[in-house]
This record gives sequence, structure tokens and C-alpha cells, in this order.
Amino acid sequence: MNGKAGYMGKWLALSIACLLLAMPAQARLLDIFQKYQPELVVSDPYIEMHTGPGRGYPVFYVAGQGDHIKLLKQRNHWFKIRIPRGQHFKEGWVHVDQMRHTLDLEGNEIEFGQVALGDFTRRRWEVGLNGGDFGGAASITGYLGYALNQYITLQLEATQILGNFSDGLMGSANIVMYPFPKWRVSPYFTIGTGIIATKPHTTIVQAQDRRDEIAHAGAGANIYLSDRFILRMEYKRHTVLTSRDDNQEINQWKAGFSIFF
Amino acid sequence: MESRIQHIFLTMLLVLGTPGVFAASGSTDPDELELEPLVVRELARRKVEVNKLDQENFEIGVLGGLMSVEDFGSNVVVGARIAYHVTEDFFVEGQYGKTTLGQTSFERLSGGAQILTDDERDMTYYNVSVGYNIFPGESFLGRNLTFKGGLYVVAGVGSTSFGGDDRFTINAGVGYRLIATDWLAFHIDVRDHIFETDLLGTLETKHNIEFSGGLTFFF
Repeated sequence: MNGKAGYMGKWLALSIACLLLAMPAQARLLDIFQKYQPELVVSDPYIEMHTGPGRGYPVFYVAGQGDHIKLLKQRNHWFKIRIPRGQHFKEGWVHVDQMRHTLDLEGNEIEFGQVALGDFTRRRWEVGLNGGDFGGAASITGYLGYALNQYITLQLEATQILGNFSDGLMGSANIVMYPFPKWRVSPYFTIGTGIIATKPHTTIVQAQDRRDEIAHAGAGANIYLSDRFILRMEYKRHTVLTSRDDNQEINQWKAGFSIFF
Repeated sequence: MESRIQHIFLTMLLVLGTPGVFAASGSTDPDELELEPLVVRELARRKVEVNKLDQENFEIGVLGGLMSVEDFGSNVVVGARIAYHVTEDFFVEGQYGKTTLGQTSFERLSGGAQILTDDERDMTYYNVSVGYNIFPGESFLGRNLTFKGGLYVVAGVGSTSFGGDDRFTINAGVGYRLIATDWLAFHIDVRDHIFETDLLGTLETKHNIEFSGGLTFFF
């Protein structure tokens, strides 16, 4: 009884906390966490302030040379800035290309780094999703990768297999080797092992659920698109280690997108 | 004689010791103390680091609406979505939704025959899609209201689960994102979930239209 009340209380507190966080008045409360908002000086003749973070939003104000601006936040290639004007201030979004020549208060240049090929090569974490064909059935795969160095990545993979006669889930751990990590189109080899669970559809009679070990080897390529986007294509050959006399071989083709951090 | 040598030593000691003595007496001078402050104030020479800024590229939220499942009628759907904006134009999105299936015409007319049990009528789906913002910009309502936002198109793959089985599902759709503040947006979404099923005898491709409204937060 008491435990249940405590549980309910926890949920209530949690939902109230969520509600409070969502309220605009509480935005001020969150500011206690002191966001990093450095001040800069405009050194170009002018920079254009848009009403929103995108090229579709019109320019509504222009900050001139020597103006002090405060960087508030960033979304993709856009920076939200605040510029004092008498008693008030103006806030708008400026594209990174126009920010490149702003200086800090002592006149030093600032690095407005953009994610580029070098970051792709040096990436540490990588998450991705891809879809494809798994021995005639459709497959959807999600994976998480951690790079030990530029050449070797450890990877956990979960695949859902959706066939016309059965469904399956496969989990595996892989090692991925990149012989040419600096290339924009970076080929790789992979080996791994895991478990596959198969469940025949309810419309199929007299079939049993199965759980088997699986081992696989494959090859593929990462293609760096831009920013944090990677296009990934892969072929894998799976060997299902069944309890029957012979092992089952399955080919898998897939393609999808990944994001790296 | 002895006292003479002592005298010389004492003189030497005095001469050698003098600077120290003078220095010691100098430092007790209150005027000089003020000239040389004990603590040197360092200039704040912190480099501006852009990557420490608050980055708001994630969008998370809830959605609700109607979903029409072929043969099974239209029912209320609720769901959640999370998106990561890779660039100004592209985003990747994951969505999860839940609805309940109604009765097929056959079930209603036959009077009692049930194709699915109550549990099997719970339908869930998930999908992962790539989205593209096609008409970003401002929209106007009347003379005084301006909204930021824009249309987007999405397409992706996923799985739909009902009747005890999972089905590979392709989804495609179009939506409008109305950006209320920097961190809050409203969505209107129309999506087609396409899958194949043999639940009603033959293997058929089914189109299931979902119409939803949603609320998302940027963080």
C-alpha cells in the first residue's frame, strides 16, 4: 500500500517537474545553470540578422562594424545573437559565414569551426540506421559504434527482420576495420557474432520459435556527405549455427544513414 | 689587537648587511606598499569557444490524431517523435505510435465472427525517416500575424505490429512545422504507412493514412 503510494508520488512529482520545465516562466529558472554566452565585436562592415535560423527567414536588422554582440545559441550553421540598442536589444540569427570575421573583445580572431572531412576521420561515436534485404525478408538495423582509433571501431547492432512468413530479431557485436579512414568514401571490413531469434507468423501452422547463434563477415563503405551525415552501404554473409545437421547461410544487403559525434 | 679585528669584521658585516637592512626598512614604508599591490589582477584572457555554445539541434515531442487502417476503420493514434537536425535542410526522425483497430465489415456483418482478439487489435508502429524542409520561411495569417516555419517531406522505414505479427512498413508524408518560439514548435502531419499483410486471406499491400497534430521542443 505504502509502496504503491510512494510510486504514485514519484510519478506525480516527475510529471509536475516535466510540466514545470515546459513552462516559459521556468526558462528563467533554468538560466541558473549559466549558459555560455560570450561577447564579440563585429569587424566586417555589417552582418545581417535574420528573423529565424534559415535562409528562408528575412533580414530584419543589420549590426555594424564595432558593434558588441552576444552569442546566445547555435542551431546548425546559424547563431542567435543579441545586440544592445539603447534601453532595449535586438535578437536575430546570423549565418556562420558572416560570423567568421567577428573578433573577441581583445581583437583576436575566433574559430568558427565547421564539421568537415577531418572530423569524419576522427569521429569517436557513430549511430546509424539502415534498411535492406535479409535473405529475401526486409531488415531494419540500428547500430552504435565506438572508434578505438581511426582504423578500428567496435559496434553493437540490433536488427529486426520482417518476412512474409516469419519475423526475427538479431543482436550482434562486431569489429569494423577501416583501411583508409581519411578517404571521403571509406571502405571497411567487418566480422561479428550474435544471436538470432525467429518467430513464424501466426498464419503459419505448426512452426516453432527458434533461437540460434550467428556469425558473420562483411564489407561495406561509409560515404561522408556533409556536416555529421554519413551514407552507409554494406553486404554481410551470415552463418546461422542451427541445431540441425547443416548450417544456414544468409546474405544481407543494406543501406542507410549514420550520424557521428 | 683582538678588538681591532673584531672591529673590521663588524664593519664588513655592516657593509654587507646594509642593502638587506635598507630593503627591510623600505618595505615597511606604507607609501611603497600602496604602489606595489600584493595581488596582481590578471586580465580575463579567456578564448571564445564556439563549440561550448548551447546547441539546439534536437527536437522531441508528442503527437496525436487519427489513423485509418485499411479494413479496420479509423481510430485515435498517439505517439512520440524525436528528430535530429543534421543541417538547416535535412533531419532524421524516429517516431513511435499506438492505435487500436476497429472491426472489419466482415466482422460486423457476420454477427459474431472475430478475426482478431482484443489484444491483437492493439497496433503499434515505429519508423525512422529522413526529412527535408522544402519551403522554409515565414507565413502570414491576416494582417498582423507572422509565423516562422515551413513544410517538410519525410520518408522512411519501420515496422508495424498488430495481430501478433510485425510487418515491414514504408512511410512517407508531408508536414508543416510552425515554430512558435526558439524552443517550441507545432506540427501538422499527414503520413501514409504502407505494408503487406495476408491477414485477410491473400497477401495485399495496404495503405494506412495517419493525420496528426503534435507539439515538439528543441533542445
